[in-house]
Amino acid sequence: MKFGLRPLLLAAVLGAVAVPSAQAHRMWILPSTFTLSGDEQTITVDGAISNDLFFPNHVAMNLENITISAPDGTTSKPQNGWEGEIRSTFDLKLDEQGTYKIAEEGGFYFARWEEEGEEKRTRGNWERLEKLGLLEKPDVKLMYAGRRAETFVTLGAPTQHVFKPTGEGVEMVPVTHPNDLYQGEEASFKFLIDGAPVIDQAITIVKGNDRYRDIVGEFKVKTDAEGIVSFTPEEPGRYWLQTRAQKPGEAQGRKMMLMSTYSATFEVLTP
Amino acid sequence: MGSSMKLKTVIPTMMLAMCCFAAQAETLSVDIELPRIDVAEYHRPYVAIWIANQDRTVAANLNVWYQQEDGPEGEGETWLKDMRQWWRRSGRSLELPIDGVSGATKVPGTHTLVFSETSDQLSSLVAGEYVLCVEAAREVGGREILRLPFKWKSGQAQTTSVTGETELGEITLKIES
Repeated sequence: MKFGLRPLLLAAVLGAVAVPSAQAHRMWILPSTFTLSGDEQTITVDGAISNDLFFPNHVAMNLENITISAPDGTTSKPQNGWEGEIRSTFDLKLDEQGTYKIAEEGGFYFARWEEEGEEKRTRGNWERLEKLGLLEKPDVKLMYAGRRAETFVTLGAPTQHVFKPTGEGVEMVPVTHPNDLYQGEEASFKFLIDGAPVIDQAITIVKGNDRYRDIVGEFKVKTDAEGIVSFTPEEPGRYWLQTRAQKPGEAQGRKMMLMSTYSATFEVLTP
Repeated sequence: MGSSMKLKTVIPTMMLAMCCFAAQAETLSVDIELPRIDVAEYHRPYVAIWIANQDRTVAANLNVWYQQEDGPEGEGETWLKDMRQWWRRSGRSLELPIDGVSGATKVPGTHTLVFSETSDQLSSLVAGEYVLCVEAAREVGGREILRLPFKWKSGQAQTTSVTGETELGEITLKIES
């Protein structure tokens, strides 16, 4: 079994641990093309939450949560959107030279409490928890789980504007541009939590088409002292990356655990 | 490679060669063979011909052959990015078309390009070691890149060639004074 990443390098330099994990639901945004040339191009974009990368087989992505950032920073919503049972799709017209970001952002509140000696739990937006009267329960434990799924598409030469961090939750700032990744060349990404580099953070990387492999080939690499992970993709193809962090904090004026998940889809080309 | 004895005999000849050729302008010519490809759907290949520095950055773009007119299948520049190496190293940062560099796609056969030392393409190329790169990408077809190392302004005539396996035939590079 050939892994997408160089196991020796990862193990030696980055302290990697190959995780033979069970199949998980993965959120992904997949553009039909990552790198384009010309003055004006149109791509189609798929979004789903599935087990296999990148085959829809579970739940469609909610297009309302998607924002497209153009190279100059202006934002727009998906065009020609369609939501099926297990996959959403939309068009994106690129008429500005540079890098576009397509991002799905959202989150849920989770509540856990006891009722007649039994543990209960539910999730939803803040209004829902309020309506259910859960916020008044003295023993209720709250958590907020925010997520950000991204992908990047470049018309012409890659640009940096869309990587400006918001300072909230887990974010990725590329050292190597995500539309400039090549087989056999080291790639580096920097990770931030609330705008600050996050050290020793585990980043999971999986190559697409795991359906055709007996071993998922999921790798965990850890960020260094500057919040940077480096890896060398050995095979061209489409990859998916995810990381998750949690810390106690405050939301809606209440103390609670704040969880943040970041995922991204990127392409590795042959040089 | 050579022993010191050998070197002694070579140096005077080289110096002689350099003194005589230094004043003369060099010419770089490239023969590019595009093979006839028998497939159900044939499109003429997009081809980029450039000179790379040792670190693979681009020293000079010689020619880029692509469909410059927008056709029924859309913008001609759409497929430029399929010449992946050229697109990465140069194409994506260029304002196309470039006079004397951009050209129409070519039919199968051998095409010859000749550039003098004073041509727009080579006038700023300083003496040194370079790599000639020829990359071809075909719609509904494959992609191939061939490389030929050479010395520029060394005062020595050179002829090297390489033959592709799929999208490119024989590529011959000649440096003459």
